[in-house]
This record gives sequence, C-alpha cells and structure tokens, in this order.
Amino acid sequence: MDVMILAGGLSHERDVSVRSGRRVAEELRDRGLKVSIHDVDTSLIPALREKADAVVWPLLHGASGEDGSLQALLELTGTRYVGTRSKEARVAWVKSVAKAVYGRDGVATPDYVTLPQSLFREVGAEQVLDAIVARFGLPLVVKPARGGSALGVTLVKEREELARAMVHCFAYGDTAMIESAIDGTEVAVSVIGTGEDAVALAPVEIVCDGPYDYDARYNPGRVEYFTPARLSAEGTRAVAEAALTVHRRLGLRDLSRIDMIVDADGVPQVLDVNIAPGLTETSLLPQAAVGGGEDLGAVYERIVRAAAA
Amino acid sequence: MSSPDRPGTRLDPWFDSYAARAHAMRASEIRALFSVANRPEVVSLAGGMPYIGGLPLEELAEMTKRLVMEQGEVALQYGSGQGDEGLREQITQVMALEGISAHPDDVVVTTGSQQALDLVTKIFIDPGDVIVAEAPSYVGALGVFRAHEADVVHVPMDAEGLVPSELDSTLTRLKAEGRRVKFLYTVPNFHNPGGVTLSLERRPQVVEICQRHGVLILEDNPYGLLGFDSDPLPAMRSMSEEGVIYLGSFSKTFAPGYRVGWAVAPHAVREKLVLASEAAILCPSNASQLAIRTYLDHADWQGQIKKFREQYRERRDAMIGALEEHIPSASWNVPEGGFYVWVKLPEGLDSKSMLPRAITARVAYVAGTAFYMDGSGSTHMRLSYCYPTPERIREGVRRLAGVVDAELEAVSIFGQEYRPGGGTVDFPSPDLA
Repeated sequence: MDVMILAGGLSHERDVSVRSGRRVAEELRDRGLKVSIHDVDTSLIPALREKADAVVWPLLHGASGEDGSLQALLELTGTRYVGTRSKEARVAWVKSVAKAVYGRDGVATPDYVTLPQSLFREVGAEQVLDAIVARFGLPLVVKPARGGSALGVTLVKEREELARAMVHCFAYGDTAMIESAIDGTEVAVSVIGTGEDAVALAPVEIVCDGPYDYDARYNPGRVEYFTPARLSAEGTRAVAEAALTVHRRLGLRDLSRIDMIVDADGVPQVLDVNIAPGLTETSLLPQAAVGGGEDLGAVYERIVRAAAA
Repeated sequence: MSSPDRPGTRLDPWFDSYAARAHAMRASEIRALFSVANRPEVVSLAGGMPYIGGLPLEELAEMTKRLVMEQGEVALQYGSGQGDEGLREQITQVMALEGISAHPDDVVVTTGSQQALDLVTKIFIDPGDVIVAEAPSYVGALGVFRAHEADVVHVPMDAEGLVPSELDSTLTRLKAEGRRVKFLYTVPNFHNPGGVTLSLERRPQVVEICQRHGVLILEDNPYGLLGFDSDPLPAMRSMSEEGVIYLGSFSKTFAPGYRVGWAVAPHAVREKLVLASEAAILCPSNASQLAIRTYLDHADWQGQIKKFREQYRERRDAMIGALEEHIPSASWNVPEGGFYVWVKLPEGLDSKSMLPRAITARVAYVAGTAFYMDGSGSTHMRLSYCYPTPERIREGVRRLAGVVDAELEAVSIFGQEYRPGGGTVDFPSPDLA
C-alpha cells in the first residue's frame, strides 16, 4: 500500500509537523509500507493525481491542516485520507464551538471566554480584562482560539501579566481564549478509531516544573510523563470516557488527542481537542501507544488501513 | 517530582548527565517559527546566507574536476592541523588588502571562522570569565561564549562603531569589581547585526585602551572587503601584532559551503590554537582548502568581490528605499557594506513578540534579542538584504509594514510593557535564507 504523508505547511507549527511526518514515515516503512512525504505546495495536486491510489495522512498542524481546509481539498480530489473529515474538523478547530458541542454531553471544561482583538479596542481593554478577572479569578490561561503546540499560550498568575499575555496571544491570531486555570493532574488521552469502534489508549500524565509550554514539550527533561497516568481505576475510566465522548460527539475519525486536567474533585476538565496530534519523538500519542504495551508501527498501520478501507 | 511508587519518564535518559552548559541549549518557540522561512511564499529577511547565485558555477565545476583529477590524492587525504601552507600564503595576500602584514606561519586555517571563534574561546575562557563585546553582538559568537560559560558584558556602539570612552570605563569598572576580562570581541567592519563600521580614528584608540587594560582583542572580520564605496579600512591587527587575534573567512567573499576561515594570532597563542584545533577536528578539510587555492590562483576573485559589492549595494538600496517608503516610523542606519540593516522599531514594539505575526504575514526577520546576552534588544530587529532579490526585499518590507501597524494597534490597545525572556536559541539555523 502507498502512503503519502503530508507534512510541513506554512503554519507556525511547520517544524513540529515536519518532525511528526518523518517519524510516522519511518514507522510505516518498518512495517513494509511504501511511504512518501510531501509538503503542501503547488506540486500537491499533481502528486495526488499521480498517486491516486495512495492513502494520504495529513500531518499538518495549525491552520489549513487542522481547520478543515486541507481535508476539503482531499475530498475534492477524491483522495482517501487519514483523519477527521472537513466538516467535523471545522467544528473541532474553533475551541469555543467544540467546547459547546461536547459540553452538551456533560463533558466538563474550564470556564472560558473567547474574544477578538477588535472587541478590546472597541470597549476598552482594561475594563474587559478587569471583568474577566472578576468573573474567573486568577490564575488564567490565555491562548489563541485556534492553533496548537502551546504557541502563544501564557499562564497568567498576576493581573499585571495579563496585558502582555494578550499581546503575545494576538501575535498568533486575532481571537483569544481566556480560560480559568484548573489545578489538578494534567492528562492527555489519545483515541484511535472511529465512532463506536474508537478506543482510548493509556492516559499519559504530564508533570511539569512550570507551564507545559513549547519549551517543556520539545526539550526533554522538564516534564516527567507517567503512562498510564497515576489515576485510580475509576479515574482512568473517567478520563477515557470523557475522551471517547468528545471524540465521538465531535465526529472525529481515526485518531485524536484530548487534553484534560483531572480537578481536585476527580472530574476530567477537557482543555483541548487535537485532530492532528503531534507524533514527534516527544509527543503524547506515541507515548500512550508504547506505554500501553502497543507496537507504535502496528498502531500507525492500523490507522492507515482503516482509512484505506 | 517523581512518584515514590512508580517512576515516570523524561524521554531523555541522559538528562541528568549533561554538563551544566548544555542546559541552555534548548529548542525555542522562536526558532521553530523560522522553519517556514525557506518556503518560497515567505520573504526571509532573517538569515545571513550570501548570494552565491552570482558565482561562476560552471567555472568552479571545471576547477573542482581538475582538482580531483590532478591532486585528488592530496585533496582527499588528511592534511596539516595548521592548514595547507600554500593557502596560508594566499591568505596573507588577501589580508594585505586590509593593511595586515603577516607570515604564513602566523595563520591557522579553520573550519569557517566560527571554529576559530570556538578555539579562541576554548583556550582563553574559564567559566565566569568576562568577554567584553559590542552591544549588539554577532549571535554565533554569543552562542560560543555561552557554551564556554563566559559572562558577556556589552559595550555600546554609535554610528562610528564601538564607543572608546564606554569601553574604557567598562574595563575600568570590571577591573575594580575584580572581574577577569579575557578579551574584547569586536566586528569592526559592517557589523553584524549593527551594520556600522568602527571609524579609522577610533581604531588606534580601541587598541590603546585594550593594551592599557591588558585585554586581548578578538577582531572578527568577515565583511571587511564588502564595502560599497570606499577602500577597506586598516585592520586593528595591522596596528598591534601582539594584542590582536584576527579572524578572517572566505564565506562572504567566496562561498560558505567550503567552510574555510582562519585565525592570525601571536606566536604562542597560535601554537595553542593549532593544538586545540587538532584535538577538535584533526585538520581542516584538504578538499576545501585546495579548492579555494585553485580558485584564488585561477579565478578573478577580486573581480568577483567587486560583483558581490555591486549586487549587495543594489539590495541595500532596495531595502533602505522600502523602509523609507513603508515604515517611516522606524529608524535605521544605512550600512556602507556587509549584509545587515539594524532597525529600531517604533516606540512600544517588541520584535520578539511580533515575530509570529510576521510569519503569518509571510515575512521573517531576526528579533534584536538574539544579539544580546542580557535579554535586551527587543526594541530592534535585524534585516538582511544579502540573499533576496531587490524585488523580494521591497515586497518583504511592504509586508513588514503591515505587521508593524497591526502590532502597534495591539500594543496600543493593551498598553503592555516588555519584559525580557530567557536564554533560548532565538535564531534561524544557518541554512535558512
């Protein structure tokens, strides 16, 4: 079977995407599959035509890779591909919309507000920020409403840090999500499969000596990972159930990663949904597979074969 | 942070084994952003890659072929740790253009002048020793100094380069504080990133001040022959043979792919440099050295440098013209040679924080923070005009103007104040345009 991995792109997460692409290609080649890696540029459509039978695995992070655009293009060209379809991707991509959808099924998520830069200009930033702090208290997490890899994310502990965090966030996109910071156990649950056949991999617990930011994610050492997470049997069931509910409710396909914090009451609070989770050396989905006793190449092959079916 | 019952993993079993100096070597969010810079959609004003498209490639291919056919058994063999004697002879002729009189025995050939920087730092710096350097300073040098755990103290520059009175007072202060200053690191010509040149008048002053304080000068001169209008100024090495280690390079005047640079040092220093170089690399590449020898022997290398100057001058003009047209609220120097314009952003902007916005707008630059060891520099950015065509430069600056406007708006909304960040690598890798 021919597999064409799409990696790179023009988003802020190009670097992560390229690394994910190389790792997945290596694993699939070890399984005997014929794999090529392709960037998303003007040569893409001719390449898709040339390899019409190939299964495409879009490993692009950030806009166009995760917002449903690339998926729409693959649907236009009649390409078989791994992952969530364009319509569902569009919903999952906008954090506030996704939260509203899975919130209906009782999945908990921290209090948040999503606001564009223009609103701060129109009604006065100080007053809006004061209102946010009055409503949610501190600490807060400020992050771009779209995007991943913790780019543009700041954990704000003091009121006076908020303005800078907002400017940092708006450098990555025109809409910010400001969320209550939850204290608890940080856990990532990767899901493989689609619909009722979807299964949750072992939860990965993240213990970081500060915010789980870009530096912590991509420089091994600052984070200690526990796979499976050090949760009770009940806690483990709860995080798996939350992840599967989100995955199914949002109509995600083949693979996803749901990030959450288990709060002091043992409730999983979902923070983020990733339809193209990172698959680099330090990423969480590969850790979940290996930590759960699975062969990573076999997991990837299963994903590809499911998409080809 | 480990659990008493079950250990986790930190994904790097050797994390506790690294030397303390390795902990500062970290991938950064900013460095990751540069990964889009080589895509054709992005106008990169970030990297310092020379425009080697201007080289006579067919002629070089022929020379390379002849080299392997006629001298292959030497070119592909190990060579001398100090470097090929014939090339060292030619290097003395190149340096004569900047007033340096040196014997081939004084020259140590290195793998780019970057290796010479590393060797000099290695043989002089103990952890905590002080290196005095211009503010701002070449990021590649700061990386070496950081790796050797030096403490870098910056000295201001103005339009005429390093300010002698500031150098004098800094050295006096450091001495009073009981600090050990090992050398002054300076790029006197068409400074990277500052673009300025140390004036003729100041050169002997800097030499005298360092001599008086017992401080060695490390004169790094990759751009000296790339002046647009005037003849090269005499190197400080021509004013003091004992007090100056001079670094030169073929990377900007010919091609960086060969990785050939050199150091000229006082006798005793040179001996140590050779031993340190042999310990690091055994010998510089013979193939590269002989290729450069052949080029210097058979090609019109001085004519090629003239061509480079004309090309870079045209690009400099394009950049300055575009800045005047599109970002008049910023200020900058007009370099008379070299590769870089050092731009001061409008009040309140932070070049590091603005970079993601620039990448979204498909234009890249290097934030000023990369050129300081102390976290300052956020008010500036470095723009390179060496690699993109004049049309692309104009387009890049036009995009940058939109980025500056948008960031100004964000800052005006929130009225935020900049606070410097940590010591990660905020610079593109050398293969990025």
